[in-house]
Amino acid sequence: MERPTALDLYRVMRRIRDFEERATVLFGEGKLWGTIHSYAGEEGIAAGVCAHLRDDDWITSTHRGHGHCIAKGADLGRMYAELLGRETGYCRGRGGSMHIADTSKGNLGANGIVGGGIPIATGAALTAKQLGTDQVAVSFFGDGAANQGAFHESANLASIWKLPVIYVCENNQYAESLPVKNAFAIDDISSRAGGYGMPGVRVNGRDVRAVYDAAGELIARARRGEGPAFLVADTYRHEGHYYGDPRKYQSKDEIEGWKTRFDPLVDTRAWITEAKLATAAELDAIDAEVIEEAKRAVAWAEAGPPASPISLPGDVYASY
Amino acid sequence: MTGATREMFYNEALGEALRLEMERDERVIVLGEDIAEHGGAFQVTAGLLDKFGPTRIRQTPISELGIVGAAVGAALTGLRPVVELMYVDFSGLAMDQLVNQAAQNRFMFGGQARVPMVMRTQGGSGRGNAAQHSKSLEAWFTHVAGLKVVMPSTPADAKGLLTSAIRDDDPVIFLEHKLLYRTKGQVPSGEYLVPLGKADVKRAGTDLTIVTWSREVLFSLEAAGKLAADGIEAEVIDLRSLVPLDRDAVLASVRRTHRLLVVHEAIKRGGYGGEIAAIVAEEAFDDLDAPPRRLAGLETPIPYAQHLEKTVVPQVDDIVRVAKELVA
Ligand SMILES: Cc1ncc(C[n+]2csc(CCOP(=O)(O)OP(=O)(O)O)c2C)c(N)n1
Repeated sequence: MERPTALDLYRVMRRIRDFEERATVLFGEGKLWGTIHSYAGEEGIAAGVCAHLRDDDWITSTHRGHGHCIAKGADLGRMYAELLGRETGYCRGRGGSMHIADTSKGNLGANGIVGGGIPIATGAALTAKQLGTDQVAVSFFGDGAANQGAFHESANLASIWKLPVIYVCENNQYAESLPVKNAFAIDDISSRAGGYGMPGVRVNGRDVRAVYDAAGELIARARRGEGPAFLVADTYRHEGHYYGDPRKYQSKDEIEGWKTRFDPLVDTRAWITEAKLATAAELDAIDAEVIEEAKRAVAWAEAGPPASPISLPGDVYASY
Repeated sequence: MTGATREMFYNEALGEALRLEMERDERVIVLGEDIAEHGGAFQVTAGLLDKFGPTRIRQTPISELGIVGAAVGAALTGLRPVVELMYVDFSGLAMDQLVNQAAQNRFMFGGQARVPMVMRTQGGSGRGNAAQHSKSLEAWFTHVAGLKVVMPSTPADAKGLLTSAIRDDDPVIFLEHKLLYRTKGQVPSGEYLVPLGKADVKRAGTDLTIVTWSREVLFSLEAAGKLAADGIEAEVIDLRSLVPLDRDAVLASVRRTHRLLVVHEAIKRGGYGGEIAAIVAEEAFDDLDAPPRRLAGLETPIPYAQHLEKTVVPQVDDIVRVAKELVA
């Protein structure tokens, strides 16, 4: 891998990790409301996949969507502003963490409905096919969503119509409290792709290079008009399902063990320095830049005006 | 109506609207089951495959959720999809995409999104299709902020409203009635739009206002004819579009006639008639000479047997009877 690509991937991953940590602090301070779902531990997937996407390619995301949003190029200030319920937020405080969209960058939205984005990405791919463009759509979702009818219906539609859509399943071992082994009678989720006649690829989600390479091939293939694909990345979420999750379904050993054994940021630093693509000092410098950028973003967000009152019918309907 | 008209069936009028809009705008595509060679379960898309080919008349597998969801995604990204869902009774399978996605994207994303899609489907009883193929579910959709709900009763309205629905930038639930498809009427030729949110006075009258929609418009008009023979002049207002609702038309009429009867085929409990009655009670109470009345479906699934089916939804004589009670 070339140095600029490696450093870009690292920077995006660090941005995501920093965002999740900072959002957690803001939550603890009582500045956020509702719920947030941390993507910490899964950064390499969003970073590795979105590195291949253009601004006019589309993604659909999930309740655990901050990482996808950042990897697709969102402005951090507007993301924080959304979490803080400001008018300057991406959704003017109407959406919040689970509904951030950034249509200017092709992010068709996070989704509070497990599996809800999968048919939508499929429809976006239909637009590309219909209009004869080389755009692609990527749908990110969890292992839990892979058991929704939405996934199965969409995968079938995409394959019979050869749509340029990549289904990216982030297998973080749990759907809320349900372990993957109790939700699937198969070991390899990607084997489901065979039932739809599309390639199924399983990668180690802690290795951003593996994600980057696999996604690159599948996305290029879709762009060439060769149809959809299913990418499953094995990963692990460092935090609970949501902020404040008591995690009764996991042992302390498991939680601590995974967190120290499974950290894609540590891995990424290691291979970048070992491959001599950058020094530890250079990576530290990126970390420092990311922190400064994030602090500025939060300050900007906190200075924003509160979300304006709901205006009807204009907030709800385009015309009425 | 001015200009040239042609006598057409309701389903032909719908097909004509689709054809004209597809000719006008290549972003309009149709998705649905059996809509290609077969022409759709109710022959609305008959002939369109030959004209527009299989990429624009996109026949789908039986995947209501997938189809409606794909339409949402396509609408968000630049197409103007029209989904044909064979029966409104199947909409439960697609409800997440309608209610949580299509309806709310614009709001949730702070105005960034537009979802210009139409879900055409049909409902209603009267053909012996029994409980799972005969319901009237418009109230479900009217309850969802972000959806528009349209129910044409005549071939001309069917054409004009579908044209407007396709050009509308919000998701529109377009509810046809299975027994209206083979009704005939004069339909304006060429481009014809009926705006969403405009009720139509299908018959003028002075003694009571009947507010109704879909197939019950036809029943109400027939009832009004019988009432006239007994010296009672009923005004029949066809809402045509339930959301947006033409409140002004309803209120203005009730202020003249001082009596309201709402008639619909859907079950009375929780039905949209309650909304109409409540609006009139809240805003025109002093103009009323009698309490508002609702005549609507019984709280039962639709039965199969021919003699039973009729007993659970308002028939012409029921309307005559209740109207007479109201003016008595
Ligand atoms: C349709 C639906 N069912 C249930 C929920 C509640 N819920 C939210 S996230 C979640 C688990 C999702 O698991 P997965 O898809 O694996 O994603 P992860 O949280 O692991 O990223 C559940 C059950 C929901 N939001 N939507």
